[in-house]
Amino acid sequence: MSARSIRGTVAATLAGTLALTAAACSNPGAPAPGSAARDGAVVGIAYEPESLSPLLGYGKDGNSKIFDGLLAFGADMKLKPALAVALPEVSADGLTYTYKLRKGVTFSDGKPFTAKDVVFTYRTILDKRTNNASRTELDALEDVRAAGDDTVVFTLKYPYAPFAERTVLGIAPEHVAGKQDVNTGPFTTRPIGTGPYVLTGWSKGEKLSFRANPHYWGGAPKVKKLTMAIIKDDDVRATRLRSGDLDGAILPPNLAKGFKDDRAKKTFEATTYDYRLVTLPTHNRVTGDTAVRRALDVAVDRRAMVDQILEGAGKPAYGPVPTDSEWFTEGTERPHDPAAAGKILDDAGWKPGPDGIRAKDGVRATFPLWYLSGDKLRQEHALAYASDAKKAGIDVRTQAGTWEVIEPRMKTDAVLAGGGSPGDPDFDQYLLLKSSLGGDGFNNMAWYDNPAVDKALDQGRRTDDKAARKAAYDTIQRELVKNPGYTFLTHIDHLYVLNDSWDGPVTQVEPHDHGLASGPWWNVEDWIPKGAEDTKK
Amino acid sequence: MTVVKTGRRLPWAAMARMAGRRALFAVPVLLVVTFAVFAVAAASPFDPVKAYAGTAGLTASQENLDQLRANLGVDQPLVSRWWNWLTSALTGDLGDSGVMRQPVADVIGERIGWSALLAATAFAVAILLGTALGVLAARRRGGWLDRCVSSAAYTLEAAPAFWLGLLAIWFFALELDVLPAGGLTDTASETVTFGQVASHLVLPALVLGVSQLPWFFLYVRQGVADALDEDPVRGARARGLDDRTVLLGHALRSGMLPMLTLIGSRVPELITGALLVESVFSWPGIAAATVQAATSVDFPLLAALTVLATAAVLLGNLLSDLLYGLADPRVGFDG
Repeated sequence: MSARSIRGTVAATLAGTLALTAAACSNPGAPAPGSAARDGAVVGIAYEPESLSPLLGYGKDGNSKIFDGLLAFGADMKLKPALAVALPEVSADGLTYTYKLRKGVTFSDGKPFTAKDVVFTYRTILDKRTNNASRTELDALEDVRAAGDDTVVFTLKYPYAPFAERTVLGIAPEHVAGKQDVNTGPFTTRPIGTGPYVLTGWSKGEKLSFRANPHYWGGAPKVKKLTMAIIKDDDVRATRLRSGDLDGAILPPNLAKGFKDDRAKKTFEATTYDYRLVTLPTHNRVTGDTAVRRALDVAVDRRAMVDQILEGAGKPAYGPVPTDSEWFTEGTERPHDPAAAGKILDDAGWKPGPDGIRAKDGVRATFPLWYLSGDKLRQEHALAYASDAKKAGIDVRTQAGTWEVIEPRMKTDAVLAGGGSPGDPDFDQYLLLKSSLGGDGFNNMAWYDNPAVDKALDQGRRTDDKAARKAAYDTIQRELVKNPGYTFLTHIDHLYVLNDSWDGPVTQVEPHDHGLASGPWWNVEDWIPKGAEDTKK
Repeated sequence: MTVVKTGRRLPWAAMARMAGRRALFAVPVLLVVTFAVFAVAAASPFDPVKAYAGTAGLTASQENLDQLRANLGVDQPLVSRWWNWLTSALTGDLGDSGVMRQPVADVIGERIGWSALLAATAFAVAILLGTALGVLAARRRGGWLDRCVSSAAYTLEAAPAFWLGLLAIWFFALELDVLPAGGLTDTASETVTFGQVASHLVLPALVLGVSQLPWFFLYVRQGVADALDEDPVRGARARGLDDRTVLLGHALRSGMLPMLTLIGSRVPELITGALLVESVFSWPGIAAATVQAATSVDFPLLAALTVLATAAVLLGNLLSDLLYGLADPRVGFDG
């Protein structure tokens, strides 16, 4: 065999591979790619869902595009009916929730939606064999059963006031998802739902493509085509937005600023429950001391963090409840007061040593503060916190690490953590503050233990009476002033830049974890292209 | 030109024997490699349960996490996990990928075509361009082309592929705006068309090809240059054969020999290079899956991908040994 025939063979093999691959992957019957006109939107997001199955946790907080829950959150975060025709009827003891279902709704494969699908969805999630990491959120749920074709009844183990907020999770079709492996079946990547959009393609790590569901019970969306491009890098996302490849994107404040003067684009600032805090572990001799906690709480300059780290896109945080929420307790704001911090520590016997660091009974006022390596925002918060603490005579040593390094140390070492779920004050506060959840996974990371708070947490979740709930959460927020187990630093606004081509984009109050469901496109099914009337003539 | 001997029968039997011997030898290699992957993954600090749960894991109860651990089967000891995987893999069941929520066979099936397309195109670019430039440079050693290309080759040898990728994106996609910066198709497009894939393939394939090119160029240049000084070439010149025939028929043929071994030994480099290039250009190949499988300790996916990479390396070596044996009958097939 000569050099020439070797070359020939190699060339032929290559040509064959190319032709085969192209033939296997192309889709000749599909229509030509249309231009990204007004009836199509392309948005850039940073996080990709692992799965599109509501049984595995996708769309548990609503806005999943492909699925509908029994209820949904409106723009004002008030619950409204979706697959249910009305808000649920709750029994007097708070243990039974009855939903009447919408009639005539079909899944995108044409099969009707019935009560059996609701029962299937919730029972599958509760099943231990289902790998759903959010199952804890349905902890209160004892059982669900159908009463006829259009009524479902949920029974709870204990009265749980925010239960209705949990029923925004998407309903899966039993006739599809029930016939395959719930954890790895094709339904997890090629879902079928009742929602306003139908998934047409998911190229993992690249994009999700949707088409409007023409038979959507809420009316066919005007934005006919929706593409969510997954672009992890902020700079690349900004560049692709500028080049016109994207119609909208989530951006950090410094990059969003670059679009301020662009008249064709609008910037949306979504307020959030997304907090950053420092855990003050009860089992650390320094951070476990109430005086140290209270001193740090007033020593830290939250306003400076908002202005300098967040460039104004955020708010000082004094607890998990943001200051503009109806659940926030007025008067619990703590001003930046270094002098007061010094006085609290002096009174408690923490005396400054020769190097300026305080000590008490031979214990130096020093503790490590971990932050997630690579997370610039957390790093900056940690450094600012350490610098403020130093001025009060407390030596905070910042250290970067991955969760694998940090988690085993959380019992005694402080962590710069983030979180936050809107919807109900119970969601964050119970998991952060309940003493029995100390060290339970990432819940109550500081092992906070305050009997008054424990009692109020239970009162808050077990009654449906709004005034009684407000009183309970007021108690908690006042207790957090007296004994702050965490130093809350900021609530972070999420910034989005979007072409001004539609009427309808607004933002909801957003959670910490803001992927596909957040952003001004949470209600893209209700958008109306600007000038749509003109083009129709 | 009668250099090419037509009609010589290929030594199929010898080649088949060598392939068979290598296949037998591959079995213990693959066993050791898969076990090593399981052992390394088990020793790594990453927790498969945490990776599976993602952000939901931050609010999940410990009971919920423990249940996940049992469901995913990662609470079992290392050896039994490996043995279970091995026995079911032998029956054709590669298991389910936890992180992708899909059977491993589906994950690989969806992606391997795109990776093969990218790697094959890049390899073709590297071999063809490297050989052509090598021959030209060897013909006039010390000439301007030789000096330019050689110094560029040494620079490229030192440049990491991902850096070249970023540079290419900056220049071709941002400055000139002539080629797309990443992905398989335009973002708004729902369908995969030949034209779109072709235009999106140019940059990643070129970057990967160019990063592999220096080795081929330098080998061919050296090989051909040496051959030009040897007796057969001098003899051919003395017989009055024209320069082209001497260069391509005599010098290139013997100068290609070292390059044939190179083809096999570059396969591992090509695979690691492809991982980086795929990440930079958001190419939907197996690279993203490999990285995710590794950081989330997704044992079944990780093991399958490792087997695949090992097999590619072994096949590359076999291919280059076969080619070498064919091109130089003195070498033969494993004696």
